[in-house]
Amino acid sequence: MSTVSTPIATGSDWNFEILTAYEREIARFAQEYRLDIYPNQIEIITSEQMMDAYASVGMPVGYHHWSFGKQFLSVEQAYRRGQMGLAYELVINSDPCIAYLMEENTLMMQILVMAHACYGHNSFFKGNYLFRTWTDASAIVDYLVFARKYIAECEQRHGVTAVEQLLDACHALQNYGVDRYKRPSPISSEEEARRQQEREAYLQAQVNALWRTIPGKAPRDESKAFAEDGDDPLGLHQYERYPPEPQENLLYFLEKNAPLLEPWQREIVRIVRKLAQYFYPQRQTQVMNEGWATFWHYTLMNRLYDEGLIDEGTILEFLHSHTAVVQQPGFDSPHFNGINPYALGFAMFSDIRRICETPDEEDREWFPEIAGSDWLETVHFAMRNFKDESFIQQFLSPRVIRDLKLFSLVDDDRDEMLTISAIHDERGYRRVREALAAQYALSLREPNIQVWEADIRGDRSLTLRHVQDARRPLGKTLYPVLRHLHQLWGFAVKLESVEEDEVVRRYQWPLPGDARDSG
Amino acid sequence: MTYFIDRRANAKHKSAVNRQRFLQRYRSHIKRSVEEAVNRRSITDMERGEKVSIPAKDISEPVFQHGPGGSRTIVSPGNKEFVEGDRLRRPGGESEGGAGEGGASNQGEGVDEFAFSLSREEFLDFVFDGLALPHLERKQLRDLDEVRPVRAGVTRDGVPSRINIVRSMREAQARRIGMRAPIKRALREAEEALQEEERKDPVLRNPTRIHELKAEIERLEKRLEAVPFIDTYDLRYNNLVDQPQPSNKAVMFCVMDVSGSMTQGHKDIAKRFFLLLYLFLERNYEKVELVFIRHHTAAKEVDEEEFFYSRETGGTIVSSALTLVDEIITQRYSPAQWNLYVAQASDGDNWDDDSTTCRDLLMSSLMAKLQYYTYVEITPHSHQALWEEYERVQARHPERFAMQQIVESGDIYPVFRKLFRKRIAQ
Repeated sequence: MSTVSTPIATGSDWNFEILTAYEREIARFAQEYRLDIYPNQIEIITSEQMMDAYASVGMPVGYHHWSFGKQFLSVEQAYRRGQMGLAYELVINSDPCIAYLMEENTLMMQILVMAHACYGHNSFFKGNYLFRTWTDASAIVDYLVFARKYIAECEQRHGVTAVEQLLDACHALQNYGVDRYKRPSPISSEEEARRQQEREAYLQAQVNALWRTIPGKAPRDESKAFAEDGDDPLGLHQYERYPPEPQENLLYFLEKNAPLLEPWQREIVRIVRKLAQYFYPQRQTQVMNEGWATFWHYTLMNRLYDEGLIDEGTILEFLHSHTAVVQQPGFDSPHFNGINPYALGFAMFSDIRRICETPDEEDREWFPEIAGSDWLETVHFAMRNFKDESFIQQFLSPRVIRDLKLFSLVDDDRDEMLTISAIHDERGYRRVREALAAQYALSLREPNIQVWEADIRGDRSLTLRHVQDARRPLGKTLYPVLRHLHQLWGFAVKLESVEEDEVVRRYQWPLPGDARDSG
Repeated sequence: MTYFIDRRANAKHKSAVNRQRFLQRYRSHIKRSVEEAVNRRSITDMERGEKVSIPAKDISEPVFQHGPGGSRTIVSPGNKEFVEGDRLRRPGGESEGGAGEGGASNQGEGVDEFAFSLSREEFLDFVFDGLALPHLERKQLRDLDEVRPVRAGVTRDGVPSRINIVRSMREAQARRIGMRAPIKRALREAEEALQEEERKDPVLRNPTRIHELKAEIERLEKRLEAVPFIDTYDLRYNNLVDQPQPSNKAVMFCVMDVSGSMTQGHKDIAKRFFLLLYLFLERNYEKVELVFIRHHTAAKEVDEEEFFYSRETGGTIVSSALTLVDEIITQRYSPAQWNLYVAQASDGDNWDDDSTTCRDLLMSSLMAKLQYYTYVEITPHSHQALWEEYERVQARHPERFAMQQIVESGDIYPVFRKLFRKRIAQ
């Protein structure tokens, strides 16, 4: 435990003893910094295996679907052309936390990835409130195994094509497969398998009950209301809209209510929904997650150097790589590809530390609570309790805005010209910060679409409502998605775009006049 | 707590299934792309895998997205000269933009093609998808000289190196059981008799009988021991017999007219055609040999380089090449052992009365030896005597003789497909 003054190893070659030694040192520092982690499972793999891992979007076990094949082919193509290094990291939010090291990496890269993934991301997965609420790290691998097995069985029983089409439809809606407010309960795979059996029977019974009310039968059941209510002799309006409240979780609604799905189809809808839920926190914490991991690999690597555990060559190689990772090209650069989450996140976490350690006047004015406070406590607090949107809202400082030279631009289709609405100056800081936070709000990034009504007594059509944000219409992909939705629902599907409670556009599938099948 | 696991030895190609699913799903797209590639690419590229592009819109996975329009605010980095309130012209041809990211800059190149690589095998699968070698029925076994030793049960005699130990031991055990059973029965009887005798009152005992029985038991025990554990006639040997083999070798004769009327363009077309045929044969046979024969008024066997690139002038006598093919077959490639294919390319010119000679040569001698004869005529003009004579050959051997006309290089692949399309089994 004493300070070592000679490097554990030099050069770029590594072996398991060296990795273990470095891992132990990193663990020691990480403990000092109070990084609370799941146990690490570090797997050494080849570049081909890395491509496989990439292609399955980070799931250690995946079910089969052509879209993963497409993913694989594009990764392979990019890698062959040398457009993409595979080295950086791949880490899975599971307990134990699985991280991959590629055998081709240099020693420096292996240390860097361990610091970044096994301590940075890992502690984020364990600490951040979204992950704590939405995902169950200990059950995910089991669940994936269950899902793969179940889907493979369905392919045998019902044919690959039928399953593939169903998955296509579910994938199109997977961003709308999340309960935003209700916490799901974690379950293990045996439990899942057992419950799945019960569910198949039970679910179908429930759906049958809902749809037993065939058109025309309803008024007779409520004969009393019929007699009392003279304005509505047929009793058509005595029912509440179904569902009574708009439903934001489209896949959940379909799983429970779609009239024509077979039990196994409902189970597959559920599987896609569960996995969407697992990835939901990752989509909302990109900047924070990468920023946190980058901040810690930077801190840990420097610590290793300060203690003499890595030599100058290694730290220079590290700085070279780190600088490339946190580079933010300007909007007019040919390399510009949006805001780099590594750059923004790293800048913000580093800046929080600076505000705590060496605050200036501006910081005291903007961040009175944290200026001069304990930096470690503060970064942990930030990591635990925010998502990208609120993190930026809360912690983006004027200094970071100045450093990145952020500006906001209004693009309004009623105006011929674009307007610069705010830049990195006194008047602009707050507005830039607000606009950037909004840019990361999932609710604004994706169109707000909810189930509005299922006409359970009429033509059984399903109506969705899209609440427009600042008059922004839906993109062209909407018809293919509606087609998928129609496939799941089995009857006509309508979509209304609403602006300030008024329907401004209507879409439907099958297209009007296309009488192929709507019943 | 940290574990290191070395997974390098684990299987790669975890994505193989998904990759196949993708290829299967976009089969028609890929096939179209491959067809274009076959026509477009230079011939040397055929051997490699192929880069294939599919329109990205056809394979997109749609999700709900914001479309263009409405009002949005975009934050971007790298401001240099803008101040609040600046008004900018919209960049020309406003791209649709992603989901709110990006700025006033041109958002990079539009990715409207999804490109990926097929391996060589996958590529050739697509190239030859739906094609079959006609007349691929195995040659009549009695014609075959080629044999291969195959296992055919066991025999009682053989050389020690082929002893089948398991079978031999089984025979030995059976024999031991068989030989010892009667002795054991007699022994048991004798022992029982002895015991009975001994149980009798000493007065009533017959000492002679006891003595006899004891001697008998002793004799039987000796016989029992004398049964050998293994004997020569237990031995079994693996039996090998020579079995005639259907030939898995093919020879492809490339016959080309190199007279003055054949331009380099014609030859390129011919070369591509030959190459396709070669690749196709290679997929069906373990071993494919190539024989290049070029001819003008006289035929000559040459190497590949000379075949395709040297120029000649003069007239054309096709029968010279056919005669040479026939000679080479007689000398080197016995039809009993080789599957013989001839591919002929020509512009259709021939010495007037030579065409009938060709026909006779084919009908009387060559066709009987060949698996398949393909003739492509590379000409935009109308057919001449050779074509007409060949038509008569085709009428006689519709299964083994095929001819097509190629006008330009774009026709090669379609013509090739026509020649080798799968026929309904007769």
